[in-house]
Amino acid sequence: MKSNPETFTKVKSYVPFHGPCDPCPPIGRKYYSTPPNLYLGFQPPNLPQFSPAEALKSGTLWAFFYDFYENPYKKRAGKGNG
Amino acid sequence: MWSYEKKLQYPVKVSTCNPTLAKYLTEQYGGADGELAAALRYLNQRYTIPEKVVGLLTDIGTEEFAHLEMIATMIYKLTKDATPQQLRDAGLGEHFVAHDSALFYNNAAGVPFTTSYIQAKGDPIADLYEDIAAEEKARATYQWIIDMSDDPDLNDSLRFLRQREIIHSQRFREAVEILKEERDRKKIF
Repeated sequence: MKSNPETFTKVKSYVPFHGPCDPCPPIGRKYYSTPPNLYLGFQPPNLPQFSPAEALKSGTLWAFFYDFYENPYKKRAGKGNG
Repeated sequence: MWSYEKKLQYPVKVSTCNPTLAKYLTEQYGGADGELAAALRYLNQRYTIPEKVVGLLTDIGTEEFAHLEMIATMIYKLTKDATPQQLRDAGLGEHFVAHDSALFYNNAAGVPFTTSYIQAKGDPIADLYEDIAAEEKARATYQWIIDMSDDPDLNDSLRFLRQREIIHSQRFREAVEILKEERDRKKIF
């Protein structure tokens, strides 16, 4: 199950079906997280580490596992379909 | 036994007076996938799990109490100066009549905490898979709270907590790998 950071994305999306009789405007794209730990299996030795200050700030010592989260619907807020 | 350090695991800063966020945060305080449920689940399961992973459950269960304390600090800061009217406007009127602004182990909908939120099946794989699921559910709950919140300082602390859920999930997955491993068996290929 090992893979390089470049070989996966941390967010996936899909477009749910929207029927002609659905009452609300379509949400469009739905997003879900697929954090890095799903792709690693047992942690191998010698993974790159954050500096102590970065590690305390980010919540992990290991750069591989870092996954910043942002509201994926934020961009569309106020555009009338979000 | 435990020793206590009188500081939070990560700083909690709240920049906007928004008691509604306190209501949402109680999901992580006394909800099914909240920090209290997590701490009690792991610290209870650890007695009947192979020795190799007992320490992991102790460590993570203890850290969950540190997270619970952060959530409590957030809720306290968001409600301590709120008037009864502000609490009512935030949907916390029912909470106020029973508890004033005291914290209580409810979920966001006001349902009191129950131990039926947690399991201890006594089967190491079943229990660890439950723990992995609990971490993913807590991660998702943090995401939905961040989606509902526009307080950048609060979101910073919530992002830290979400990252910890990812690491805990990773460690539980590794615990399953340790218990699956066929160590003393001669492998013939």
